[in-house]
Amino acid sequence: MEEAVMTPRQDKQGKQDKDAEPAGGSGPRQGKDEYAVIRMYEAREQIYPREIKGRYASLRWLCVFLTQLVFYGMPWINWNGRQAVLFDLAARKFYLFGLVLWPQDFIWLAALLIICAFGLFLFTAVAGRVWCGYACPQTVYTEIFMWIERRIEGARSARMRLDRQPWSFEKLWRKSAKHLAWGALALWTGLSFVGYFSPMRELLPELAAFAFGPWELFWILFYALATYGNAGWMREQVCKYMCPYARFQSAMFDRDSLIITYDGARGEPRMPQAKAARLGAGAPAGDCIDCTLCVQVCPTGIDIREGLQYMCIGCAACVDACDSVMDKIKRPRGLIRYSTENAVEQGLPASAIRRRLLRPRILIYTAILGAVAALFAGSLWVRTPVKLDVIRDRGSMGREVEDGIIENVYRLQIINTDERGHRYRITATGIAGLAVAPADAIDIAATQTLSVPVRVRAPHGAGESGSNKIRFELRDEEDPTLRVSEKAVFIVPRP
Amino acid sequence: MADFTSGFWNIWIIVLTVLGIVGCGLLLWQQSTWKVKKGEQPVAGSTTGHVWDEDLTELNNPLPRWWMWLFYLTIFFSVGYLVVYPGLGNFAGTFGWQSTGEHDQDVKEANAKYGPLFDGFMKQDLKAVAADPQAHAIGERLFLTYCAQCHGSDARGNKGFPNLTDDDWLHGGAPETIKETIMKGRHGVMPSMAAAVGTDKDVDNVANYVLSLSESTHDPIKAELGKAKFGACMACHGAGGKGNQAIGAPNLSDKIWLYGGSIDTIKETINKGRDNTMPAFGEFLGEPKVHVLAAYVWSLSNRPSNATAK
Repeated sequence: MEEAVMTPRQDKQGKQDKDAEPAGGSGPRQGKDEYAVIRMYEAREQIYPREIKGRYASLRWLCVFLTQLVFYGMPWINWNGRQAVLFDLAARKFYLFGLVLWPQDFIWLAALLIICAFGLFLFTAVAGRVWCGYACPQTVYTEIFMWIERRIEGARSARMRLDRQPWSFEKLWRKSAKHLAWGALALWTGLSFVGYFSPMRELLPELAAFAFGPWELFWILFYALATYGNAGWMREQVCKYMCPYARFQSAMFDRDSLIITYDGARGEPRMPQAKAARLGAGAPAGDCIDCTLCVQVCPTGIDIREGLQYMCIGCAACVDACDSVMDKIKRPRGLIRYSTENAVEQGLPASAIRRRLLRPRILIYTAILGAVAALFAGSLWVRTPVKLDVIRDRGSMGREVEDGIIENVYRLQIINTDERGHRYRITATGIAGLAVAPADAIDIAATQTLSVPVRVRAPHGAGESGSNKIRFELRDEEDPTLRVSEKAVFIVPRP
Repeated sequence: MADFTSGFWNIWIIVLTVLGIVGCGLLLWQQSTWKVKKGEQPVAGSTTGHVWDEDLTELNNPLPRWWMWLFYLTIFFSVGYLVVYPGLGNFAGTFGWQSTGEHDQDVKEANAKYGPLFDGFMKQDLKAVAADPQAHAIGERLFLTYCAQCHGSDARGNKGFPNLTDDDWLHGGAPETIKETIMKGRHGVMPSMAAAVGTDKDVDNVANYVLSLSESTHDPIKAELGKAKFGACMACHGAGGKGNQAIGAPNLSDKIWLYGGSIDTIKETINKGRDNTMPAFGEFLGEPKVHVLAAYVWSLSNRPSNATAK
């Protein structure tokens, strides 16, 4: 088994002579027999996690059901005669129930990502890798795929036996059935994924006729292959070698974060019950009976009894396994449990762990998360479905027309992000007597973008010579609360 | 594809690229195994025995083998890429891909998509196109893209750039004439008339006479004196200063001025002349678009009979 991040300093390394270092491949020629070869890349050892039932396993299955109910179900919900959640990339519009987001609303995606990031920081600082253990798609789909695998190939020992035995009819049909089931689920997952970008109810007839568009087909297959590969084949290797979040979550822990711990003080020296019985009472036998169930259920194949390791995804399968064993041998639960580094070292009770929740890191994360979430919700709440940009004509500064009236030309870029048409009145303020021509009201259809040239006229003698700050305002004729304004500059030529 | 100043750089790029790829492959192959002394053979979880900066040691945590195959895959991919796409110096790649080709393809697709629409308008008379709301919307967008820089978003022009919304035309306001203007461009030149008119005083007098033609504010005495000197201008602007659309000479008897109607501006025009160019858009935009554009410009000063009121 591999060690965690740190390696113990070895005394001999301090004394090592640099010259004695064999430089890789280009060292001084010596007899072959004096060298051994280390492989920097080694074949993966297949992991056969044992099925486990318990508190945390049930919690994980609850997360599986909730997340997948949303994922598979969402494309089927309709709203206002269209799909409730649809990311229409071709039309560059994101539909979320009653909300229609345009590319100009990208700032909210940034806010959403900030919320996700701080949520991850907060959860990780409080309870370690709970995201990894319960909600991450990699975990969730691996759980589903392993459930299928167990139904077809049997439990852990049966699967190991099946893999060891030579090819036979039974092995062939079991393996084929498993991959077919995986493939079917993966394809459906891919279809559901594409259903978020291309209306689901139009995808199904296409599926029946197998008449997908080229990109639809590509993404269905891509997502299906990724699901099948990651949840069927790669599994823990995604967490161990590929996932960046797995790695930098380790940096978000502190000594008061909840992690899966093995209570060595209580468990050691570990020995089977028979051996403990032979040694008799008074023998220093720990509660750990070395049944290795915690290792067998671990989806990343580590031994939690060696302490916290970077491969531990915090899924608590070993907690469930150990608790069930402790129940059987009539010992208290919690030999392997959620605890913190400080709690284990200093023997703190649960109440102290809870009290330490109110440490600065958690409070700051919570404050930032709350602030960004409040801003996010608040700004979405007051969002107007009309956007206005004012572009001054650069060809002309300002022109004098009849009766000494000064005229400036602007182009108003108006975007109606609403799903119904509006009539907006255009006004300009900032100089007494400003008038907008030729039209002071415009009709804009649902989700239309207009570029409206307007002339703004100031009466003779109004405003300063040079540039004057003015504001354009659009106001809905039926609903005066629906308005948007934008600043601009009005130039009065020097006489 | 003659991008390099000499053949040397072509070779230079090819050698660097190939050496880079081969080097990556060699490094990967050479680093995938380490030789260590027999006695120090590490086990998983211990270090490889390498020490940097006195105490920095390398854990022996072998990566999975598929990771190595992925590295090799990237190398094979880069070789394949350089065969089919440009990348090796001047070698164009077997696919013959070029960014300009991609642009041409996009243009071809756009023409296939919108061509029929413009062709439909091409078959119609300009005035009929002007009355079509869809063509009007297209025309407006084209105008805002290609014409507004000089003529303004509202088409009312600027100093030196004609107002397109009035009834005063330098070359004529018939729809076909407007189309010709856009297709072929215009070049309006007024030579310096200082020598022909005479002294500075004469120029001042003529300028006042020009102002009198449109009954603008002027000095009647000077205008009377300048009347005789206006003969030099009549060749183009006509006897009453009515202008001549055949040669693009402006009408001086209305109150519409291309450069402004002050006495100083008119004197400047007489002294220095004017030279004005409208570029030709025919080749750049193509006739179908110009057709729609001309109809739009014409509609700015003419209410098409059955056009929807804006």
